[in-house]
Amino acid sequence: MTQKQTPLVEMRNISISFGGIHAVEGASVDLFPGEVVALLGHNGAGKSTLIKILSGAYRRNAGEILINGEAAEINNPRDAKAYGIETIYQTLAVADNVDAAANLYLGRELRTAWGTLDDVAMEAKAREVMGRLNPNFQRFKEPVRALSGGQRQSVAIARAILFDARILIMDEPTAALGPQETAQVGELITQLKREGIGIFLISHDIHDVFDLADRVFVMKNGRVVGHARTEDVTKDEVLGMIIMGKVPPGAVAGPGAMQMA
Amino acid sequence: MADHSIVVPSSTARPARGNLWQRFFQATELDTRLLGMVFALVFIWIGFHILSGGLFLTSRNLWNLSVQAASVSVMATGMVLVIVTRNIDLSVGSILGFVGMIMAVTQTKFLPGMLGFDHPLTWVLTLMLGIALGAAIGAFHGAIIAFLSVPSFIVTLGGLLVWRGAAWMVTSGATVAPMDTTFRLMGGGADGSIGATASWAVGIVACVFIVLSILHSRQQRKRFGFPLKPIWAEYFIGIVGCGVVLGAVQVLNSYYMPVNLARRYAEANGIAWPEGGLEIPLGIAIPVLIALGIAVVMTFITNRTRFGRYVFAIGGNPEAAELAGIKTRWVTVRIFALMGALCAIAAAISTARLNAATNAQGTLDELYTIAAAVIGGTSLAGGMGTIAGAVLGAIVMQSLNSGMVLLGMDAPLQSIVIGLVLVVAVWLDTVYRARAR
Repeated sequence: MTQKQTPLVEMRNISISFGGIHAVEGASVDLFPGEVVALLGHNGAGKSTLIKILSGAYRRNAGEILINGEAAEINNPRDAKAYGIETIYQTLAVADNVDAAANLYLGRELRTAWGTLDDVAMEAKAREVMGRLNPNFQRFKEPVRALSGGQRQSVAIARAILFDARILIMDEPTAALGPQETAQVGELITQLKREGIGIFLISHDIHDVFDLADRVFVMKNGRVVGHARTEDVTKDEVLGMIIMGKVPPGAVAGPGAMQMA
Repeated sequence: MADHSIVVPSSTARPARGNLWQRFFQATELDTRLLGMVFALVFIWIGFHILSGGLFLTSRNLWNLSVQAASVSVMATGMVLVIVTRNIDLSVGSILGFVGMIMAVTQTKFLPGMLGFDHPLTWVLTLMLGIALGAAIGAFHGAIIAFLSVPSFIVTLGGLLVWRGAAWMVTSGATVAPMDTTFRLMGGGADGSIGATASWAVGIVACVFIVLSILHSRQQRKRFGFPLKPIWAEYFIGIVGCGVVLGAVQVLNSYYMPVNLARRYAEANGIAWPEGGLEIPLGIAIPVLIALGIAVVMTFITNRTRFGRYVFAIGGNPEAAELAGIKTRWVTVRIFALMGALCAIAAAISTARLNAATNAQGTLDELYTIAAAVIGGTSLAGGMGTIAGAVLGAIVMQSLNSGMVLLGMDAPLQSIVIGLVLVVAVWLDTVYRARAR
């Protein structure tokens, strides 16, 4: 990865406030093709809010978003999807009462020549994608509610990769998973990275993501403390960034860095 | 992943598990909940039949029952979608009253002046106007709910008062009658029934439809190599389905025109009055045909269209639906507009049946409609419900009503029984769902 490449995503000086509280203030992050960027910070540091602006769930108050170097207008989740941005939310965001295929295609259903839902074609495609992701998965006819946490996670991931995402956002992707399932998500991330997809990983736990990420951005109180390549810093140094806002020598300081007296 | 289910190649059928009954339900893929309701209905019918000394299960009573259930059944199909999205519509009875009043005034005061008395187009124009008005009122409610974020309970509670008042104001409380002769056919009665031959034709079309849909679904599954139902299960569904349809037609066809009407009919058609009287089968009443048609269309909308899929997704998880890019607010507006249009059709049926529009028409219908949908398995927590269930629910409610009338029960006692049944039915459903999980 060379820094001269055009970033896949560049968010510049993004700010958003809710009722006078600055959830995110002047935050800038970028992401290159085939790169995994971890976005770290305490709960309430503003990382999920920042990324929800990219996925279209929130509208920013200030700042700009560039996709492949061009200004992008993202006002709702549909706009984001049109840019190839897919999001796997912390809450998984699946409709519990419908089956896996319906969830995979939610909002983008396949239709027959008559304009009706082509359930059979959707189920066939769902079987194919899920088969790649989780060969044990067989419960296509049951509502997602009946599935285990890991199975629901694979439905959420399958939905994100089904439509040729170029930018994948994963908000706490392993929070609800056991060790074996976490390892599988790790493998999947490596595989998607090889396909040239850029991935944002959001986590409050550095151990979840440090080994997977190429770079880390640390946020604190709505501001970016700094960013660094994972090979240039240690876990402890990044922890220092998260907790104290202290920027180590290997990292680039941001607006939220602790001011040296 | 932590999934220990056995890997089954998708080209073979799922292995049959459990005892004979479980295997039977697995193979036929019958909705056991719906089947339970059918059994409850049969139980109620037989109970009333015995208690009333053989008055309930007569073709005459069943024919009347079918006509009386039509109006609430039409509205209940729409109420399913409303409740599935975690909303409620308390205004349907008042919308029915207001739209019925407007349709009555249109066909008695305005259209005769423009088209002449008893013009053949009167009923169509009246109905179109009514449906447009109902849809507009519903869309208005939906827009307030979706875009101004006022809870649907409040918006439609307001609507309940507003439209009831508006119904009064149309004619200052005066009853409007009589209706246009063609319009009246929508209310049933001796004229508003299609007769034996046409009823059989409808029944046969329905049977052909059942068989074709079984074949189509089998073909679709073959196309993608999905597990097929056992062939005996397909035959079983087909034969039972057609049997029920043809049986219902047979029952409705064995209710004959009352003697006075038959005599008038004979005179009008120049038929000599035979010694033993004339047996003219009424067949399916037009309002029943309308209600069945609506049920089929609504089932199609919920199961086969994007809109229906979105309705259920929103009910299951509104946030997920929004994040998936569904325009949830517009879907809400469309649901309420659809509900309003269905109220207008129900209004046409009930004004036509009464041959008059009164400002009190449809009072308490919102509660019967909600009760029908809920008894039919629509969950107030959202995300669950079927059209067929709601129609069955409407039939159950009407069966209780007319059964108690046949038994000569007092009106206050009737309300008490209906109230208790509603609570017990929902409780049983909760128990069933907790066990099914």
